[in-house]
Amino acid sequence: MQSNAALEYDYTVAKLFTFTTILFGILGMIIGTLIAAQLAFPELNYLLGEYGTFSRLRPVHTTVVIYGFTLSGVFATFYYVSQRVLKVSMAESKFIMFMGKFHFWLYFVGALLATISLLLGYSQSKEYAQYEWPIDIVIVIIWVSWGVAMFALIGIRREKALYISMWYYIACFLGVAMLYLFNNMAVPTYFASGGLGSIMHSVSMYSGTNDALVQWWWGHNAVAFVFTVPIVAMIYYFLPKESGQAIYSYKLSLLSFWGLMFIYLWAGSHHLLWSTVPDWMQTMGSVFSVVLILPSWGSAINMLLTMKGEWNQLTENPLIKFMVLASTFYMLSTLEGPIQAIKSVNAIAHFTDWIPGHVHDGVLGWVVFMIMAGLFHMAPRMFKKEIYSKNLLEAQFWLQTTAVVLYFTSMWIAGITQGMMWRAVDEYGNLMYSFIDTVTVLHPYYAIRALSGVLYLTGFLMFAYNMIKTMTSGRELSEEPQFRSPMA
Amino acid sequence: MEIRELQAYASFFMSIFLVVILYWYIIYLYRSEKKGDKDYEKLGNIALDDEIDSRPINTSSVTPSEKKEKDK
Repeated sequence: MQSNAALEYDYTVAKLFTFTTILFGILGMIIGTLIAAQLAFPELNYLLGEYGTFSRLRPVHTTVVIYGFTLSGVFATFYYVSQRVLKVSMAESKFIMFMGKFHFWLYFVGALLATISLLLGYSQSKEYAQYEWPIDIVIVIIWVSWGVAMFALIGIRREKALYISMWYYIACFLGVAMLYLFNNMAVPTYFASGGLGSIMHSVSMYSGTNDALVQWWWGHNAVAFVFTVPIVAMIYYFLPKESGQAIYSYKLSLLSFWGLMFIYLWAGSHHLLWSTVPDWMQTMGSVFSVVLILPSWGSAINMLLTMKGEWNQLTENPLIKFMVLASTFYMLSTLEGPIQAIKSVNAIAHFTDWIPGHVHDGVLGWVVFMIMAGLFHMAPRMFKKEIYSKNLLEAQFWLQTTAVVLYFTSMWIAGITQGMMWRAVDEYGNLMYSFIDTVTVLHPYYAIRALSGVLYLTGFLMFAYNMIKTMTSGRELSEEPQFRSPMA
Repeated sequence: MEIRELQAYASFFMSIFLVVILYWYIIYLYRSEKKGDKDYEKLGNIALDDEIDSRPINTSSVTPSEKKEKDK
């Protein structure tokens, strides 16, 4: 294809996914804050009858923030970044444009149906894979339509070399596709029994320990291929572009990519330490988790070194601040995870609040910060408007950073206290504490977590307001900014 | 030998094999750049120069004229 000066990138689909990122972010975080408050103040469980209980809302929170907010962010940035690094516009192919829009609308309707199904209590009771089989089928079609759009776009590219971000987006697509299918293999009982029970109900094709292993093969790789891989894709594009500095070492980015692919897939069994899975498999999960530090830090250090000689931008540009903090939290959580996966540490950490503490310093500090920074970078280019308020951005940064610190510190203390109390025995070997003793001790930390949820949600609403004001009343830009995003 | 034991050995030797592949890849990356066959670092510019009408970096290989220039 010949380049055409009049041709422009088409951000229609990227904009649509930007809206759902904001919408699902608000929804998921409101529910998250509510269930955090329910743990501290149990009477909040009875606000909405069966629909407002912790057990009903917890999977809604996790799935809305993972598959609603995060995936919308992944798709929004994908439809933006891929056009630019492949140097091809979606407007050049009616087929790609159709697939992109089809992907969005099916995703939006599917996400609403999926959320309603969970609220109604339809669940296959597998963590991060709660959706019942009819929803799974819709999800497969959504995922395939993304893949078709992705590979069609790659097929007509002008830039022959695939930039490192594309490798990560492709890995996200392939990893989730493979593992989602394996983990959701189930038999719908209505059809298998000749019409008995609910049409929505199914049972897993695996049983017992095998089911647990496949579940955590998926469960941990939901973290790998939704919370890590596509977010790394984002930072490899947005940090260099916003700062005007090329990646410090492209070779290191390739090496970290293959290292991450090779190791991450086999770390999932650390979720089953001290359980009935074979001992060698538990050890393998621990070893792979520890080795995982290397490729994770390879990417994170590569990002920090990209800022070499340009650290002044950290004080001048809030978006750089967001991304550097995201990278730092990525380092923190990828060090914390392997520590928790060491068998002796896990004996204390397993089933305690240290685990959600770890998850949240990763997602709040790394995933959400990176997605928000990406969307803020995209906004002036997509809407041709200046970012509405730099002051609001700065205030949001500090508010949410405080919230993340409050969240993980309270959960570290709560988790370790809990683990130690559960294991404490007196001189005769009797347990020293009953379960309710731990609940009493942990109450203040649960209250701090709920407070941190309120702060983080407030920050997210500031982000949503800033984005909407940018779209509606930001100052018009006469030309596209090359690197640093303009803000008022 | 039990199937579980076999699985454990298979997992161990597969890991060793993949580690060898990964180390070979590191050597390949650095050697091909040293020999002048490839220039990976210039690919970093794809993110910076991403206008639709800007000239594609195109390939990771060094063009013959670039190689000639480098060899001087």
